Amino acid sequence: MKMIPTRDGFGDAITELAKHNEKIYVIDCDISKSCKTTKYAKAFPERHINVGIAEQNAAGVAAGLATMGKTPFISTYAAFGSMRMCEQIRTSVCYPGLNVKVACSHGGLTPGNDGPTHQAIEDMGIYRSIPGMIVAMPADYNATRKLVARAAEYYGPVYLRFTRDAMPVFYSEDEEFEFGKGKMLKQGKDITLIAIGDLLHQSLEAAEILEKRGISVELIDMHTLKPLDVDLVKASLRKTGRIVTVEDHNYMNGLGSAVAEVIAEEGKGILRRVGLKDRFAESGDYYLLLKKYGMDAPYIIKMVEELL
Amino acid sequence: MEHVKNSVEFLNETAREMRCSIISMIHAAKSGHPGGALSAADIMTALYWNELDVRPQEPGWPERDRVILSKGHTCPVIYAALAMKGFFDISVLQTLRKMGSILQGHPDMKKVPGLDMTSGSLGQGLSIGVGMAIGAKADRLKSRIYVILGDGEIQEGQIWEAAMSAAKYRLDNLVAVVDVNNLQVDGFCSDIMPVEPIDKKWEAFGWEVIKIDGHDMQQILDAFAKARTVSGRPAVILADTVKGKGVDYMENVCEWHGMAPNDEQCQDALCQLKGGDRP
Repeated sequence: MKMIPTRDGFGDAITELAKHNEKIYVIDCDISKSCKTTKYAKAFPERHINVGIAEQNAAGVAAGLATMGKTPFISTYAAFGSMRMCEQIRTSVCYPGLNVKVACSHGGLTPGNDGPTHQAIEDMGIYRSIPGMIVAMPADYNATRKLVARAAEYYGPVYLRFTRDAMPVFYSEDEEFEFGKGKMLKQGKDITLIAIGDLLHQSLEAAEILEKRGISVELIDMHTLKPLDVDLVKASLRKTGRIVTVEDHNYMNGLGSAVAEVIAEEGKGILRRVGLKDRFAESGDYYLLLKKYGMDAPYIIKMVEELL
Repeated sequence: MEHVKNSVEFLNETAREMRCSIISMIHAAKSGHPGGALSAADIMTALYWNELDVRPQEPGWPERDRVILSKGHTCPVIYAALAMKGFFDISVLQTLRKMGSILQGHPDMKKVPGLDMTSGSLGQGLSIGVGMAIGAKADRLKSRIYVILGDGEIQEGQIWEAAMSAAKYRLDNLVAVVDVNNLQVDGFCSDIMPVEPIDKKWEAFGWEVIKIDGHDMQQILDAFAKARTVSGRPAVILADTVKGKGVDYMENVCEWHGMAPNDEQCQDALCQLKGGDRP
């Protein structure tokens, strides 16, 4: 399978979209080369702003542009896009409901060897807590292109999270995506795997192995953490009664917590959460980190076995 | 320019009325921030009555000038200005900070007609002004963008990130006004975290600096006029003011940053402002 980082999907999508949507602006915080927006910057210099290493200012400039009818995409790393500009996005974007997108590379452990300073493991939980924010992480290049397009169409704040590292291109080019509508990839009756972002690929691998062992796995790509596709979670819960969530994020406050809320409200069902166990990781290869910190396919299988 | 130029006498009288509104609405709310609202009253009067091109009957007019009250806690001053200009009924001022009111404790652009930006968390308004100014230039609008800052507020690092970017993008449609009253919640700015030399800081960041007495109406008008002549870079007006200006027991008294006058104090303040006999 072809391997492409989803940050490339953002760079390609925004350049393509801007040809037809003159409202689009990209605001970079110095790291356009890494966030893959240099092609955009070259094509649309009049709609490209580089504020330098000043993320808080980027958030404010985006808010100001949004009040003038523009559709600004702030482009930076997830650690900074969620934490360095958090309050600016909360108060000056989400509270007034302005049309600003925060589009971030380096989600989760994908900037592996950069170490914990650059591994955003809290970002989706942070933005999930802010009223009015959509939070999504596409799993591959094609899903990214579609969700970036949806973000540009939608009026209001959106947080998008991409990978630094290459991910398999799983979806076809014409697969459609909508915020808040999870993708049922495989129907099953014994256990439900719900994954978001890059760890969909580990979940696919786990599901394949489990199927070979005779376990019927239902697999959902929950690309949108917020609004969560609650109906889909409930429907699957009624079928299998057992859910394992899988996310490249702290296992608190992200997908696992969102699904736990649904299970608790339903009053039945059981859950295991795969994610980083409320700790910082370390520098290292992405796949080795997933193995060490219990976020890879064998660990997902272990969690499934605990529930069966 | 469509707007009518008013006399200094008229503007001073308007500012006096505005101060009365500020006092009475904060008294009715039983909480709020009178000090910084009173210090900015003359600046806001000059701005709304002589400088801005806005349409009270069409608050969303795309070509309007924009105002960001970055020091959002002093919102009674902009609420009074908007009501007196006719953006909404003057009686609404008495609902400040009450349940269901459009007048939140800090400004909400989605609720208040004529309010261009939500604010209240200090340090953010200048960045937003930069975004507006870039947007206005891109669309070739004649709109000018005014950002009202406090001198305590410029302790926030984001202000200087924004200042750098305004110079980089040569935003001569952007004007910052710093209400230099030298007071913040915990005391004098010069004690808490000195911001001087303010003029040299803005100059070093590439801004045209205009220093004035922020209670001298003619100087305020001249400063706005001068800012219009600046080309290729943004302008900042450093307005020396007195926190609590116009009410003697509030002037330069730190505690009046965020405290409502009681019935007696309110009556006293209104008498001072109206020139009547004091209780």
